[in-house]
Amino acid sequence: MAAPVKPAPFEYVRARSLHEAAELLAADPDAKVLAGGQSLVPMLSMRLARPARLVDVGRIEHLAYVDEVEGHLEIGATATQTQVATHPLTLSRVPILSAGIARIGHTQIRNRGTVCGSLAHHDPSAELPALALALDARLTSFSVRGPVSRTADAFFTGTFDTALDLDEVLTSVQFAMPPEGTGWSFREVARRSGDFALVGVGALLHTDDAGVVDHVRISLFGVGSTPVRVRAVEDRLLGTVVDEPALDAAAEATADQIDPTSDAHASADYRREVAAHLVQEALAEAWATTRRKHADA
Amino acid sequence: MPEITVTVNGTEHRLDVHDRLLLTDLLRDRLRLTGTHLGCEHGVCGACTVLLDDLPVRGCLVLAVQADGRQVRTVESVAPDASTLHPVQQAMADCHGLQCGFCTPGIVMTLVAMHERDERPATDEVDEALSGHLCRCTGYRNITEAAHRALGCEREEARR
Ligand SMILES: Cc1cc2nc3c(=O)[nH]c(=O)nc-3n(C[C@H](O)[C@H](O)[C@H](O)COP(=O)(O)OP(=O)(O)OC[C@H]3O[C@@H](n4cnc5c(N)ncnc54)[C@H](O)[C@@H]3O)c2cc1C
Ligand code: FES
Ligand code: FES
Repeated sequence: MAAPVKPAPFEYVRARSLHEAAELLAADPDAKVLAGGQSLVPMLSMRLARPARLVDVGRIEHLAYVDEVEGHLEIGATATQTQVATHPLTLSRVPILSAGIARIGHTQIRNRGTVCGSLAHHDPSAELPALALALDARLTSFSVRGPVSRTADAFFTGTFDTALDLDEVLTSVQFAMPPEGTGWSFREVARRSGDFALVGVGALLHTDDAGVVDHVRISLFGVGSTPVRVRAVEDRLLGTVVDEPALDAAAEATADQIDPTSDAHASADYRREVAAHLVQEALAEAWATTRRKHADA
Repeated sequence: MPEITVTVNGTEHRLDVHDRLLLTDLLRDRLRLTGTHLGCEHGVCGACTVLLDDLPVRGCLVLAVQADGRQVRTVESVAPDASTLHPVQQAMADCHGLQCGFCTPGIVMTLVAMHERDERPATDEVDEALSGHLCRCTGYRNITEAAHRALGCEREEARR
C-alpha cells in the first residue's frame, strides 16, 4: 500500500557544498532552502508553501559551528538552536542568546530548528530576529554572485520577508559580544509556554563605575512587521546616570515609539501596554545585574 | 524516487521513498511501527516524537529523505524484552501517567532521551521538556509525577 503524502510534489536535492546549493537555487526560481524544516515542513504539509524544489543545506557539515571571531559569536547556517543555546561560548559571553532561544517552541523543535533558519524565515513574533538587532548582528549570505554581508537593520524588511534574494543562502550570523559586565534581560508574554510570543523584549545595559550608561540596547518583537529597536529611548539613557525614575520614564517613552497593529491574538493598545511593561521590567533587571557585577568586580 | 538507508530501532532498512514522504508516515505505513502516533501533524502536539540520532524530534517535521544515513528510535524499541518495561514506562504505569495512552509514546521518547543522559535533571528542566507534549486526557499531574520519578527528581519534589 502506498504511504500517504501530505505536501504537494517537489524535488528534493541535498546540497553537498555551499557552491552547489547556490547553483541549485540559481537554476530554479521556484526552489527553496530547507534547513531544520521546523517552519518549512509544516508549511509544506498544510500546502501553504509549494516550492518546485527543496535544496537541503542541512548536510553541509562544516556549517554546523559556533565560534568566536573578532569579538563576535559566529554561528554557521546549520547549527541548531539547541547547539547554540547550550554552547559554552554562548552561555559565558552572550547569555541573552541562550535565554532567548530557550523561549522558542519546545526542546523537540529546537533540536532541529536552526538559528539561521529562524532569521531567514523572519516571523515577526520570533525571538531571534529581535536578538539579532539587540546584538548588532551581521548576516552573511552566499549566491552565485558571491558572498554578501548585511546588518540586522538592513536584513529584516517585513513580515516573513528579508533582504535575501531568492537564490541566496544565509551562511552565518555574527552576534556582537556585549561589553564585559553587561546586564541583560529577555522577557516575553505568550499565551502558553512554547507558543509564539504576543510581545517580547531583549534588553542589554552597561554602565561605567559612576553609573553612567555607556551601552544600551532595547529590541522588541511582536510589535510590528519587523523587530524594533527603540533607539530614541536608548539615546535618552545613553550618557546619563541611571536611577529608577529614569528607567521608568524610558519604559514609558517606549509606548510612543512603537506602532503595533491589532490582529486575532491581541489589539494594538494591548501590545503597546505590554511592551511598555516588559521594557520597564527588562531595563530594571539589566540595570540591577550590571550594578551587581560592578559591585563584585 | 530517492533510495535511503535508515536504521530504525537497530535494524537497517534500504527503501525507495517519495521526496515528500514524512518520517512518521514512513514509520507507520511502510515499516508498520504504529506506536508513533500522529495528532496535529504540524509540530504542536508532540505525539509523533521519536529519537533521531538520540535526540527527541517531531517525526512529523522530518522528511524521510532527511533521515537518510541516520538512526531513528521509536517507542517500540524502549522495553528491554517482551515482559519488562523501561524504567520510564514503568514509572508511567506506576503513577497512572496514562489514560487513553495516545500521547504516551511521544512523552516516553522525550523522557527516554533524558533518562539516557543520566544527569538527574532538575524538575523544571523535566517540566520544560514535557511542555512539548499535549495530553488530550489532561492527566498532567500524574504524567509529571511519573517523569520526575523516572528521572530521579522525586526527592527534590518532596523537599518542596
Ligand atoms: C510547534 C512550533 C512552535 C514554534 N515556536 C516558535 C517560537 O516560539 N519562536 C520562534 O521563533 N519560532 C518558533 N517556531 C519555528 C522554529 O523555531 C523554526 O525552527 C525556525 O523558524 C526555522 O528554522 P529551520 O532551521 O527549521 O528552518 P526551515 O523550516 O528549514 O526554513 C524556514 C524558512 O527559512 C528559509 N531558510 C532556512 N535556512 C535558510 C538559509 N540558511 N538560507 C536561506 N534561507 C533559509 C527556508 O527556505 C524557509 O523559507 C516553532 C515551530 C513549531 C513547529
Ligand atoms: S503529530 Fe507531530 S507534533 Fe503533532
Ligand atoms: S493519555 Fe490520552 S491523550 Fe494523553
